[in-house]
Amino acid sequence: MEGMTIKQRLQALLRTLYFPIMAIIASLLVGSIVILFTSKSNPFVAYGHMFQGGFGTKRSFDATLTKAIPLMFTALSFSIAKRSGIINLGAQGQFTAGAISATAVGIYLTGLPAAIHLPLTLLAGFIGGSLFGFITAALKVKFGASELIVTIMLNYIAALLAAYFVTGPMLEQLPPYYPQSPAIPKTARLGSFIPGLNVHTGLLIVLGGVFLYYFYLWKTTSGFRMRVVGLNPTAGEYAGMSVARSTILSLFLAGGLAGLGGAVEIIAVQGRLMITSFSESFGFTGIAVALLGNLNPLGIVFSGILFGGISAGSLRMEVLTRDVNASVAEVIQALIILFIAGRMMFQIKRRRKMTTAADPDVQDDVLAEDTEGADTPLPEPAIEKAGDQA
Amino acid sequence: MNELANFLSTAIRLATPTLLAGLGIVFSERAGIVNIGTEGLMLIGALSGVMGSLLTGNVWLGALIAIIVTVAFAAVFAFFTVIIKADQTVIGTGMNLLASGLTITVNRAVFGANTSPPKIDTFRTTPIPLLSKIPYLGEIFFRHPVPIYLAFLLVPIAQFMMFRSNTGLKVRSVGENPKACDTVGINVTRTRFLAILYSGVMAGFAGAFVSMGQLSFFTEGMIAGGGFIALAAVVFGNYTPLGVMIASLVFGASNALMFRLQALSTGIPSQFPLMIPYIITIFSLCLVSRKSNKPAGSAIPYIKE
Amino acid sequence: MASILEMKHITKRFGPVVANKDVSFSVEEGEVHALLGENGAGKSTLMNILFGLYEQTSGDIYYRGEPLNVRSPRDAIDRGIGMVHQHFMLIPAHSAIENVVLGYGGNKEVLDLKAAAKRFSEMADRYHMNIDPWEKVGKMSVGQQQRLEILKALYRDVDTLILDEPTAVLTPQEVEGLFDVIRQLIAEGKTVIFISHKLPEIMAICDRCTVLRQGEVAAAGLEVKSIKNLNELAHLMVGREVELVTAKTPSEPGEVILDVEDLNYINEKGIHVLKDVSFQVRAGEIVGVCGVDGNGQSELVKCLTGLLAPASGRVELLGKDVTHESAKNILDAGVGHIPEDRHKMGMVGAMNLRENIAMVDNYKEPYSTKGFMHWRWIDKHSRELVQKFSVKTPSIMEKAINLSGGNQQKMVVGRELSRETHLLIAVHPSRGLDIGATKYIQSQIVEARDRGAAVLMVSTELDEILEIPDRVLVIYGGRILACLEQAACSRNRLGLLMAGITEDDEEQPA
Repeated sequence: MEGMTIKQRLQALLRTLYFPIMAIIASLLVGSIVILFTSKSNPFVAYGHMFQGGFGTKRSFDATLTKAIPLMFTALSFSIAKRSGIINLGAQGQFTAGAISATAVGIYLTGLPAAIHLPLTLLAGFIGGSLFGFITAALKVKFGASELIVTIMLNYIAALLAAYFVTGPMLEQLPPYYPQSPAIPKTARLGSFIPGLNVHTGLLIVLGGVFLYYFYLWKTTSGFRMRVVGLNPTAGEYAGMSVARSTILSLFLAGGLAGLGGAVEIIAVQGRLMITSFSESFGFTGIAVALLGNLNPLGIVFSGILFGGISAGSLRMEVLTRDVNASVAEVIQALIILFIAGRMMFQIKRRRKMTTAADPDVQDDVLAEDTEGADTPLPEPAIEKAGDQA
Repeated sequence: MNELANFLSTAIRLATPTLLAGLGIVFSERAGIVNIGTEGLMLIGALSGVMGSLLTGNVWLGALIAIIVTVAFAAVFAFFTVIIKADQTVIGTGMNLLASGLTITVNRAVFGANTSPPKIDTFRTTPIPLLSKIPYLGEIFFRHPVPIYLAFLLVPIAQFMMFRSNTGLKVRSVGENPKACDTVGINVTRTRFLAILYSGVMAGFAGAFVSMGQLSFFTEGMIAGGGFIALAAVVFGNYTPLGVMIASLVFGASNALMFRLQALSTGIPSQFPLMIPYIITIFSLCLVSRKSNKPAGSAIPYIKE
Repeated sequence: MASILEMKHITKRFGPVVANKDVSFSVEEGEVHALLGENGAGKSTLMNILFGLYEQTSGDIYYRGEPLNVRSPRDAIDRGIGMVHQHFMLIPAHSAIENVVLGYGGNKEVLDLKAAAKRFSEMADRYHMNIDPWEKVGKMSVGQQQRLEILKALYRDVDTLILDEPTAVLTPQEVEGLFDVIRQLIAEGKTVIFISHKLPEIMAICDRCTVLRQGEVAAAGLEVKSIKNLNELAHLMVGREVELVTAKTPSEPGEVILDVEDLNYINEKGIHVLKDVSFQVRAGEIVGVCGVDGNGQSELVKCLTGLLAPASGRVELLGKDVTHESAKNILDAGVGHIPEDRHKMGMVGAMNLRENIAMVDNYKEPYSTKGFMHWRWIDKHSRELVQKFSVKTPSIMEKAINLSGGNQQKMVVGRELSRETHLLIAVHPSRGLDIGATKYIQSQIVEARDRGAAVLMVSTELDEILEIPDRVLVIYGGRILACLEQAACSRNRLGLLMAGITEDDEEQPA
């Protein structure tokens, strides 16, 4: 921003962090009630274990980062679509599709050197996911079918497709015939890039994705147009932009990013496609990550790591408390979505004051908050009408 | 002919959860609320119904408990979307995740992870005297558990309420133009809130029917998209109760077809028939989206000046 | 006569903005009382407080001598106050009668629409209004919708009726009809508050008038009969000399820039909206399009700018056929477009000024090279533009939504004029702006003409049409009814044409 002092910058940062922090605190509080009701453990002891398991040691942070990688991919997927005004609830299916197609290239296209095989596998993941994104976009543009339900239906279809492949064409022909594909060969695997740690090169790929997300949306004309259309499609059309193009492109990219995430998860973590590969809800948790990060590149990285930590730590919590189920992590993540989307409830009652005290700064803040995440429509007329007289 | 009667009877049975939930959603949709969280509400209804039935030993009391618990969660959704004016889709997604996590947590806390489900009172088939004796028709229409009769009896009542009652007019109006409603003294917030609670009642009942009418136990994630399909049925049914019924029957038939294909050894891998309901849903959306009764104010929070 | 309504020392703030400042307003029973003021003077705000849509920051209201505490419009209606809003509060998807009974206190749970329709039709007959209670509101004309709104209020047995800018969307003939209704209401002993900024109408129908200026009372309860001089009233309203005519020299038309031939447009409902529209705009002239809202202006502009596809006909820009070109290509060919609705079309409220300024030409040098934005240049350009067009903003990083309407419009106008434009299409360029901003924007449009641009200006404001254009096209029912030189225009003549009455009609006895 122009000419801001350090103090102003700090204040701006605090304002940015206020809502996420409030949302996290509120979620942990409500989550503790759930723990109290469903177990004999002390919620704060349980949270202590969770924190230890997520961030306490080098090893646990290693696990956290590994868990964060797919979530950042799906968060990017949700974010880029949302920036174009599309609600992509299909990251889970796109992730799955990417995993299937990457597995196919991984196990069938053998005999290639890693330098070719690995990029091809990743590319296959991207294309598999983007195909699912493209289907959604095409149905929306051509028939006006709402992306909400279409993406969700595609999630189920993708899950069934995966089940079909691991029990049918891709089934590993080895007794006892587990429903899983053969292992991905070494030439298509992603390994660790820091000796002694498990966290894999996928972290670099997803961070690269985050950077491209930023660069594309704020530095290129195509990304700029996508944001214009996302915030006001009518204005976009007026300025000669194509809403259909933006819809197709953003869902293509969104699907691709989720698909890439699925590919990375298979070739770096799971090693093969299994019937249980998608038992975790990467897609919907990614939405929570994106919202907590306010669709902001850095925000996605930080909230991705936080959510990775909650996932990783929840296992330790379950083991050490013996009676608090790891699914409490899912409850907390869900609550974070609610409290972030409903963040206006944490707005310190300034609105009412506004009508009595003349304080232009406050008003600007409220409006800025309203438009920031692009999810709360503006309170339209009153202020504008009045503003005309100023 | 017997095969066909059997098939149609199954279709009706499988259409019922969609119809029950859809008859609720159609009112909240008309009021301008898109509740993606119906899936989660049904899940909560399914679990609390089983728990209630276990606790009271009576399936109807179980269903009542399911409805009460589900309405409480619907109130949470309403609070965030109508009072706080948060994005409906995002809150709905959050509710689904919440329901998924909570039902797993509670289910494992109450029933344990790997034990076989306890025996509970369920909705049993109640043939209607005389009518059930009619050849074919009796089997198709009149040999079902009571909630199925209720669901279909509710259709004309809902249709009447929607288009002939003062409440229905208010509900349809707050979805079309909340500001205009405000100027004639209708409390938009209250109307929308109540519409959501009502859809919670129906979602809870629908969930309870899934766990206690179609099955007799709860499994994690057992709704498997049923809530979303109910939403799609409302769109496909063009936002009228009668339309919802027809759409539900189409989805029910596609489900019945799926079971048929699974049962027959056709050589088709089992996953493909399982995809049928989802694919039909997508097709139905493409078919009707362009020319629909979708309310003008759908999914837009009403912010009073 | 006794005061039926007393509003005392009403103040209303929206954040830092004071919309009403210590306003006192008194209405007598059985009169037509005008509330006069410019756009944004606080008339609607005051009436919305009375009707329970806003809550005053301070001040008291008395109705029939008793304190009036309205918390919602329901309270106001129950006390006998009805309001017809400037933007109709109707639901297009519902029938007329459903709109009428919506929220009506006397409704039973099972609606008897037939009985309601009977009562409604009797009422409509009494006021000589012809409205089918079963017709969908979406299919009604604007005039019918207004009558429906009035009947909707009367159905609730109100005795005071607030009419907010009721004539804005009507033809002069429909205005006459409205006045008849008002006279009948007064004869029945009802009270009418008439909000307007049009002086002749106030002289024609009102008994007394209260003038608001910038949220404050400039004159209270003037007897209309005692007003001799319209200019005096105008002065009260505007607060300075009204003879603020935009300086303009005679035009020197050059080559034809825009050539429209037999343009037809049929909308998605199958309605023939534009019928054989033909006209030309030359370099260095301003052509005005005047007409009541909804006569095809909006569609005409959208056809010209590539936002709608015409059914037939031809649009030529600088001798090149652009009839089926995309919006982008048309803008590219040198068309500047100040759109009809700056909030919905002209800007992105959630984006900052520099992004809004880059919105149209973003893909061109020097805004970008090979797809990469040049924010540094855009910043410089934006600062210059903000200064040149005197847009009041703390910085170019301010979100557009936080600017006042006038400054938003200045930004849009600045953006369009700083592009390389051969043709400028300005739609309602001064709608909703105060007089200062209006004059500024009009002078910028004239300047663009003087630089050699062809200008097509669409407006519903007769004052603007009489002053700015060199030639005027009158559009009615999708047809161009007349093309007049500016000198040949008069308020009366344009008024008749806007109502669809051509001179041939006048000569023939009706």
